[in-house]
This record gives sequence, C-alpha cells and structure tokens, in this order.
Amino acid sequence: MLDKLQMYLGYDFVKYALIVGVLIALCSALLGVSLVLKRYSMIGDGLSRVAFAATTVAMVLSVAPLYLSLPVTVIVAVILLRAGNKKIAGDSAVALISVSSLALGYLILNLFASKSSNLSGDVCSILFGSTSILTLKKTDVWLCTILAVVVILIFIFFYNRLFAVTFDEDFSTATGTKTTAYNMLLAIITAIVIVLAMNLVGALLISALIIFPALSSMRLFKSFKGVIISSAVISVICALAGIFIAIFSDTPVGSTIVAADLAVFILCNIIGLIKKGK
Amino acid sequence: MAVVEFQNVSVGYDGKAVTEGLNFSLADGAYLSIVGENGAGKSTTMKTLLGLIKPIDGKIIFADGLRSNEIGYLPQQTQVQRDFPATVSEVVLSGCLNQLGFKPFYSKEQKQTAKKWMDRLEITDISKRSYKQLSGGQQQRVLLARALCATKKLIVLDEPVSGLDPVVTENMYELIRQINREDKITVIMVSHDLAAALRYSSHILQLSDKMLFFGTTEQYKDSDVGHRFIGKAGECDA
Repeated sequence: MLDKLQMYLGYDFVKYALIVGVLIALCSALLGVSLVLKRYSMIGDGLSRVAFAATTVAMVLSVAPLYLSLPVTVIVAVILLRAGNKKIAGDSAVALISVSSLALGYLILNLFASKSSNLSGDVCSILFGSTSILTLKKTDVWLCTILAVVVILIFIFFYNRLFAVTFDEDFSTATGTKTTAYNMLLAIITAIVIVLAMNLVGALLISALIIFPALSSMRLFKSFKGVIISSAVISVICALAGIFIAIFSDTPVGSTIVAADLAVFILCNIIGLIKKGK
Repeated sequence: MAVVEFQNVSVGYDGKAVTEGLNFSLADGAYLSIVGENGAGKSTTMKTLLGLIKPIDGKIIFADGLRSNEIGYLPQQTQVQRDFPATVSEVVLSGCLNQLGFKPFYSKEQKQTAKKWMDRLEITDISKRSYKQLSGGQQQRVLLARALCATKKLIVLDEPVSGLDPVVTENMYELIRQINREDKITVIMVSHDLAAALRYSSHILQLSDKMLFFGTTEQYKDSDVGHRFIGKAGECDA
C-alpha cells in the first residue's frame, strides 16, 4: 500500500492533482461559509451551470476554457448578486439561468463540435470532472495556484470585514462600511472559485464542495472563526481522501470527493446531535 | 450645537415619499424618540438618517466631523442571524469595523473598546457563548454593545425593546438612559412604546405622512398633537 502510494507520488500528474485539489478545496470552503450564511448557495449552483455553458463555447472555439469561462462567470455573478440585493433575483431567476445555461451548453456542443470528437465523454467530463484533475498541464497548475492563493489572501485580509458584512449588512452600511464593494468582491471570488473547482469536481458537483464543509462545521462549532477553520480543514481532508481513493480504486475523482464530503457531513450531524443531547 | 439637522427632507422609496417636510435640528446630547402609527415612516426616516436609503428631497446635515463611520446603530434582528455561528465577542468586536481603516485585523485598542462595552453591559461572562443561543434580552445587549463600539457621539436604535419581556425592557431603557447621560452619547430611537418614550426621552418627533411634531417632551405633552396621540395610545392600553 505504502509502496504504491510512493510510486503514485512520483508521478507529476498526481502531484499536480494534489496541489490543485487542496488549494481549490481550501478556497471553496472559505467561500462556502459566507455563501451559506448569506443564503446564496443556489447562486453558486446556478453559476456553475453558466461556467459549463461558457466552457462548451470555449471548446467549440478551441480556446482554453478558463479564458472564456472565467470572465463570463464573473460577469454573471456580479449581475446576480447585485440583483439579489434588490430582491429581484429570487429562486426562480437563478433556476432559469441555471437550466438555460445547461441546455444551451449541451446544444452548442451538439451543433458545433466536430463530429469525430467524443461528445458524451466531453460533456461528462465537464459536468462531473471525471479525469480533468489528473490531466492538468503545468500552465493550468500555475494558473490555478496563483488564482487560489489570491483568493486565500483576500479571505485572510478581509476576514473581519466579511464577517461583519455577512452578519449584518445594514449595520455595516450604516456605520460606514462599503458593503456593496464587499458583495461585489464576494461575487467575483465566487465566480473564480467555481471556474477553478470545475477542474476538480466538474460543474454539477461544485455546490457540494462549497456547501458541505460549511454545513458540517456549523454542526460542530459556534464561533465564526471555528467554523471557517474547521471548514477549511474538513474540505482539504475530504479532497485529499477523495483524490487518493479515486487513484487507488479507479473511481471518478469528483464524485469520490463529494461522497467523502457527504460522509463527513453525516458524521458531523451525528456528533452535533450527541452534543446537543448531553 | 446640533448633531444632526433635517432641512425640508422627504423620505420614501423609489421616488415615492412616505413622509414629507421633515425640518428639525437635534442638539448634542439629546434623547430623541421617533413615534407615530404603523406606516408613518419612522423606520424610513431612520434609514434615511443612516444613509441606507437616499432622501427624496431636502438635506440632512451632520455636525462637523460626524461621519457615518462614527454613528452607532442597533437594527432589528434579521433572519440570517438566527442561525449564524458567531460568539458574543465576535459580534461586539465587529462594531469596531469602521475604525479598521486599511488594516486587516483589529488593534489592541479596539479590542479594549469592545471589552469596555461588554463590561458595561454585563455580557463579559457570556462573551464566548454562541450569539444565536442567547435570550432575546441578551442578544439586544450584544447588539447594543456592538453599536456602542461603532460610535462616540450618536447611536440610532430601531425598536430596541420589541419582543422583550417587561423586566428586560425596563433594564434596556435604563441602560440606554445611562449611556445617554453618563457617556454623553446622543440617542435617536424609533419606538412603539409611547409611555416609555415620554418617560425617558428629552425630545419627541412624531410622524405621519408629514412631520406632526418636533420638540421637547414637555412641549409635546402640552401640544394638541401630543394630547391626541397620548389619548389614543391610552385607549389602546386600556
């Protein structure tokens, strides 16, 4: 077992997958706490469909997906969160964007992709991230690493502001904090994390990466700091576990990570119930 | 010296005025209660004062040096906070946010301020507890401490006693009176509770679709508007 592990760690693609996987898991967990508490979970879900549609267009145009999906997703995120503040973008608006993107994405691929390509394989890979994390190129790794580090630094620097703005937007605005700017920042980070996370778990499963660690941690900890740290730890452990299990037992990486997150969530719920019962 | 002056202000949403003709000037150290029936524009006026919505017309002038990052605010509780993981000290400290400037973390001095107000409001012993698990009265104290961290001059309270039981309500009013008298912080409070407003505040602002009354509490008790409204409120209580 250990030999096998060592052998795998010798491969570049495994190293890349681990680095990118851990960083993405960290980013999505940090972001997830704010999104869950702001009741924006569904927006994250909708945005991942937008990222899917943008990726299909990029494939048809044969440009690197990131260059197209990143700006498109950022723009839609900003629009959605801005509208969300005015209480227009309810559930239904997000759902509309979500299904339309999914449908259009698939349609575009069917209409314009070259007939020789493996269509269903491509779609499956974008939606469920089946192998993309194991086929990263060096440039992808660098780009992911830089973006992820930027997101993490932003979270550390704005930690106190994000807490205040998430806990009570009116209070923060009234006492002189530019909450719109922070909501914008949150929207942009959400978009970046979603586009990055597509590499790891695919478009359909991103929400799990964002929501599960936050919800699990909220069962266990009562302070914001505790929840943030615990989310980060849970998310990284699940990502690592998922990637290793996937490599060893030849399962799809994305679904394995999400299954690990689900298992931890159930475990945290049980612990939470026991703690409450005491 | 006036802390804040309203010059012919109209407040409302989407260009539609809820209350018009607000003209008054509030002296430093005053304790103003904003009263009126439901839908009279009390909250709208308060939100305009806080800069959460823009006035439709007119001008609001603050005293020299009083910027929005020196105003404390005790809002009504929001849905989000009912399951928000946060300890008491985290919430109180977040009141210092407006003094953070470009720094990422709170300074020793700001933590001292938070501690001072937690001591004053007697919530230091619950500082590590979860905010959402506290009683309504304790939660209001925490939010009051947070508001006080954000200001040295002016605090705005939105129905601070709604949903509290009578004993806790009395305590809350006493606290607010102390803060007004001892710490020389000007208080502006939106209130449903006319009896308490008459008892505690130095000034009354009564609203409906226009400004019905502004003056000292004594003047209010002698005014026609006051007579009518106090009579009405009396009937409701009976």
